Amino acid sequence: MTSAAVLSDLSKWLAATPLSHTIQTTGWIIPALQTIHILCVAVLFSSAILLDLRMWRLFQRDIALADVGQRFLPLIWAIVPILLITGGLLIVGEPRRSLLNSTFYLKMALLAFALALTGFLQWSLSSAPGFWDKDRGRRVAGRLAATVSILAWCGIIFAGRFIAYTQGG
Amino acid sequence: MLWPPDWIAYLEGSELADTIRENDLLFPVIESVHVLAICLVVGSILVVDLRLLGLASVTRPVSRITSSILPLTWCAFAVAVVSGGLMFISNATKYLGNGFFIAKMVLIGVAGLNMVVFHFVGARDLPKWENQSRPPLRARLAGGLSILLWVALVVCGRWIGFTMRPG
Repeated sequence: MTSAAVLSDLSKWLAATPLSHTIQTTGWIIPALQTIHILCVAVLFSSAILLDLRMWRLFQRDIALADVGQRFLPLIWAIVPILLITGGLLIVGEPRRSLLNSTFYLKMALLAFALALTGFLQWSLSSAPGFWDKDRGRRVAGRLAATVSILAWCGIIFAGRFIAYTQGG
Repeated sequence: MLWPPDWIAYLEGSELADTIRENDLLFPVIESVHVLAICLVVGSILVVDLRLLGLASVTRPVSRITSSILPLTWCAFAVAVVSGGLMFISNATKYLGNGFFIAKMVLIGVAGLNMVVFHFVGARDLPKWENQSRPPLRARLAGGLSILLWVALVVCGRWIGFTMRPG
């Protein structure tokens, strides 16, 4: 059995569950879940961007990078479970829309990458206070990491919106 | 002078509006930029609101928070207005007939008003209390109201997409 067939069967099975049926037949549930999802994305995305801007020394330069990290990193990790739950419920409600959509997998790959990068940044901040300030090379690397992080999170938002436009089998 | 309906027809009939309508990729790209900008507006203003409520960044003076955050908020807001404007002209008549769109525009106005009132009235004596971890009631009210308004705005924004399918 090909993976596409497995995903198609999985979608059929999910769509037949009572939970999926409730989500499908109650008109306000999907927009409500999407609204919660977007509000959480707003908090996570802004937290990540502010930390990345601090790494570029464009935001709260007078506060240590580690302290800025302490303000925003826990927020990122706290938001992820809510995103997974609302996102998961959206998949249960309309399985084919994402499970049979390559844009969805692009989004998940970018998410895994962005979270790994965030985890690495968190580790770097806790390992040594001046981790990204040791020498010129580290400073450049820090800005590069921040730029990649910004691009990854932007890519996730783009992919998320494009799921709606690339669905259909 | 053109009356408002003529303006709408003019915008909708413009070459730019036509391009956005005709091109399959343009609308979703503009919409993604809009979502991204709104996320940044809402998320960054939340940092200020939570400070005003005395719930986060309480060891920092309020003015330090606003001066470091609000430039980013305004940049993102400008991008949101431009991208939103482009989506609007592609289907202006339909947007104007959508209750959630009207509500969203009203909410932007009220959020702006809340900000202006706080700036000129509530924060007039800001230096006196900006170091307090828990700002006075009028500041907490402004912060709380701001959160409610922006959440409601995002709700309306998402519901526009479900009550009209443009493009």
